[in-house]
Amino acid sequence: MTDFIIHFLFSGSITTADGSALVKLGNTTVICGIKAEFAEPPAESNNKGYIVPNVDLPPLCSSRFRPGPPGEEAQAASQFIADVIENSEIIMKEDLCIAHGKLAWVLYCDFICLDYDGNILDACTFALLAALKNVQLPKVTINEETGLAEVDLKQTNPLNIRKHPVATSFAVFDDTILIVDPTAEEEELATGTVTIVMDEEGRLCSVHKPGGSGLTAAKLQDCITRAITRHKEVKKLIDKVIKSIKPK
Amino acid sequence: MVEGGLPDSRLGGVHNLGPSSPGQQGLPIPDSWGVEFGEPPGTWGRSCVDPAPPRSWKFLPGSAPGQKLGRQGWVLPCAVLVPQDTSVLAGPVRAGPKRSCWGALSSSRLSWPPSLLPPGVFEKNREQLIRKTCEAVILGTLHPRTSISIVLQVISDAGALLACCLNAACMGLMDAGLPMKSLFCGVTCALDSTGAITLDPTAKQEKEARAVLTFAISSMERQVLMCTSKGTCSVEELQQCIAAAQRASGAIFQFYRDSVRRKYSKT
Repeated sequence: MTDFIIHFLFSGSITTADGSALVKLGNTTVICGIKAEFAEPPAESNNKGYIVPNVDLPPLCSSRFRPGPPGEEAQAASQFIADVIENSEIIMKEDLCIAHGKLAWVLYCDFICLDYDGNILDACTFALLAALKNVQLPKVTINEETGLAEVDLKQTNPLNIRKHPVATSFAVFDDTILIVDPTAEEEELATGTVTIVMDEEGRLCSVHKPGGSGLTAAKLQDCITRAITRHKEVKKLIDKVIKSIKPK
Repeated sequence: MVEGGLPDSRLGGVHNLGPSSPGQQGLPIPDSWGVEFGEPPGTWGRSCVDPAPPRSWKFLPGSAPGQKLGRQGWVLPCAVLVPQDTSVLAGPVRAGPKRSCWGALSSSRLSWPPSLLPPGVFEKNREQLIRKTCEAVILGTLHPRTSISIVLQVISDAGALLACCLNAACMGLMDAGLPMKSLFCGVTCALDSTGAITLDPTAKQEKEARAVLTFAISSMERQVLMCTSKGTCSVEELQQCIAAAQRASGAIFQFYRDSVRRKYSKT
């Protein structure tokens, strides 16, 4: 296992979005923009909002992607992020509700890969965390007489981030060698990949191993140990960046 | 604590394969099932379900309603895997010519009936998991310029669906006679709030569980080929689930062996 390449994280770069972050892991660059809109809460749970992640791997980032509808990799990445959000409870959907049964926030999290050099899942997860920390939602009150929502842009509240999930990906070669933070070339040659998402309490939010060569339980344990150290490093970096952002 | 973790009690019906011939002493399986090996899947029915039977498994290598493709290509027989209420029909496994160089698994389609919507992101993710698991075991290099497509049709879903799909896919591949490095089986573990592990949970148990983990275990050294988790769990719980799944896989592989032996003993 090797050490990580230095990351670069920049929050709040897109001013038109409610929250944003740009993450660079080696050469892989992912930008995440979060837009908040109104919607009616779902019928079966009328006190919850929505978080809708969408990962886009455009032809811009790599020649392997063609223009057109999202390919399998993009869809799998979107589903992975949706699973991470749900499993780790990074935000409680109840916090996004404004008025029971009538109005709730929808957070559209759009991830666009600007440069694909492997390890897209890790990059998206960091970007998500940094962007959510950057989000400022305006205060909304429902006018009793007209029943319409009134948005007060001067009063904004940050989101209540409960957990901080951090993803660590490994490339597996022939059941024995594990390489952490693989580049695109390493991913192509690898016989399998593993992604482990941990939160700060040491709980596993997601173990994602989509097929590929087999791993023994002991090797999986090694991955988990490495993921724990990774979590500490990334958390420090994110905290440093958030502190350094000047308030608007 | 592993509840019913011993494969025999949980998968109780590993040996409840039902009579393969009318006179044979079988275990109480409703007569309405009346299926034998070799029958086309169309005639198989499941009209009644016993109140609390063990989850029994049936392996029915059938002959797909014989379709000959116009161009080169051939349709191979399919397999149906039925753990009690969750049933998945796998096949036909079709191998055909492909332009690109390497023999690769070109597609595995999962269709949820009745489906009016095109396959969404969730289904695509499931397809990718199953496809990559199959790709890891199939010896693709023996069949260059070939595409292998596996079609999985969900007939009913009563929990542990992904594991069922994996098992059906593996049996379909076995039935089709494709060369594989090893076999694999799917096992689902549900962790409830007390940390008790339930293997092969029902839909209700899955919903109430704190975490649901699905593994694909290979027959070679019981390695973990695929792992998916829903909900959070601690590291120790993950290791316990893997151990439980590896133990259960032994029973599933024995079931594969018995089914195939039964199939070939008649012919």
